[in-house]
Amino acid sequence: MQPSEDLQQKLIQMIAVSKKLPPETISRETTFESLAIDSLDKINLSFEVEETFGIEIPDTAIGSIKTVGDMVDGVRALVAAKA
Amino acid sequence: MTRRVVVTGMGCITPAGATVERFAEAVFTGRSGIAEHAFADLPEGRTSGLKFTRTAQVRGFVPDDHLTPTQVMGTERSSQFALVAAAQAMAQARWAYPGGRIAVVLGCSTGGRTWEEPETAKLYLSNARVHPLTVVRSMASSGTSQVAMAHRITGPAFNLSTACASGTHAIGMAFHMVRSGLVDAAITGGHEAPLTWGFLRAWDSMRVVSPTQCRPFAKDRDGMTLGEGAAMLCLEERESALARGATVLGEIAGFGMSSDASHITQPDPAGAASAMQAALADAGISPEEIGYVNAHGTGTIANDAVEAEALRCIFGERGVAVSATKAVTGHSIGATGALEAVATILALHQGRAPFTAGLVEPDEALGLDLVLREPRLLVQQYALSNSLAFGGLNAILCFRR
Repeated sequence: MQPSEDLQQKLIQMIAVSKKLPPETISRETTFESLAIDSLDKINLSFEVEETFGIEIPDTAIGSIKTVGDMVDGVRALVAAKA
Repeated sequence: MTRRVVVTGMGCITPAGATVERFAEAVFTGRSGIAEHAFADLPEGRTSGLKFTRTAQVRGFVPDDHLTPTQVMGTERSSQFALVAAAQAMAQARWAYPGGRIAVVLGCSTGGRTWEEPETAKLYLSNARVHPLTVVRSMASSGTSQVAMAHRITGPAFNLSTACASGTHAIGMAFHMVRSGLVDAAITGGHEAPLTWGFLRAWDSMRVVSPTQCRPFAKDRDGMTLGEGAAMLCLEERESALARGATVLGEIAGFGMSSDASHITQPDPAGAASAMQAALADAGISPEEIGYVNAHGTGTIANDAVEAEALRCIFGERGVAVSATKAVTGHSIGATGALEAVATILALHQGRAPFTAGLVEPDEALGLDLVLREPRLLVQQYALSNSLAFGGLNAILCFRR
């Protein structure tokens, strides 16, 4: 598995655990709305992602994330910027 | 005949003034108490780790200047604020009611954090001994007990905790108790001193604190600013107050409550609107009779939009003059509703609605009649003070001149 896919799988796994859903039902195209992820879920999830990847997600980014793909790309960029 | 409940004493200690006179001056001139936060509890060598630097603190408060040694020993900052504000209100009211006919109903949400948190940290980090007065200094009802003891009040006394609406719920309950005849009088309000490192970090993590300064209803608003303080009201039955020649500062005409029952942080306009409706119904008046609303107005994107929607729902096209005192005081959680009750009583008493300090460019999309730049003439007899707490606990007071 490529490191980039690894990151995506890890994030999908985190979403799956927090929303108690099978990970295979979640893809890049899945919207947060369809997963019933609201503003508080986003803050909760972001905290866990920040802890896991050692990054800091800006407030503005949290507001603009609409899909799992948005989140994966955003986290990937922050991880790359850190390296 | 329904008993009417009037306010005959007020006291406060706030980031913008430690007397009602100083607070009034700040509210009507827009002098804000928000400034760079000065830490009292940040361990040496640590950086705060906060994304914001400003809060609304009560500056230069020396407990020994106001309290007896016994009071100082048994309290921490939050209860000390309660004692100071209550003493001011009681001195103004000059009651002669028997202690058993007076109630104490206070709102305090977070208890004695400024004592409990550093004490707990010492235990967890180095197994230090815990100070024997930690329990009595930290309990949320400490302020209520202290006020009762200070003024020999032996009637019903309790604290209630409903987050950001605690002070308003407390005043509402005290109002009901006086109106029903359960007691002759009540001292009521809210007190809070929550600005510990731990509390600030917890709010920072929620991403709702302004990195600059709270600007309720502004187009570019970017969050709330945390604060501390206390405010107290002396309530009594109107006929008794007039018979003893008391100066009436205002009247509580109604109180409304509701629960959103929908989300732990995201407010619901239906809940806020239903509480306002309940307050109006309790006062027996129509929305047209309200001349001013002191909004909850935290300055977060969500609160201000939802509160505006609720206000539009109640006041319709005609609208109503709206402003937010939190631009002056910050958000002092359990105390804030009581501070805003004082501001609303002052507005009716002085016949002028305060403006929202620092609000230059209003968010037109909110569709509100915001009081801007200077106080506005207030001729109507009635005003509302809104408190919309996290967890959807709404409390609205209706005041009459």
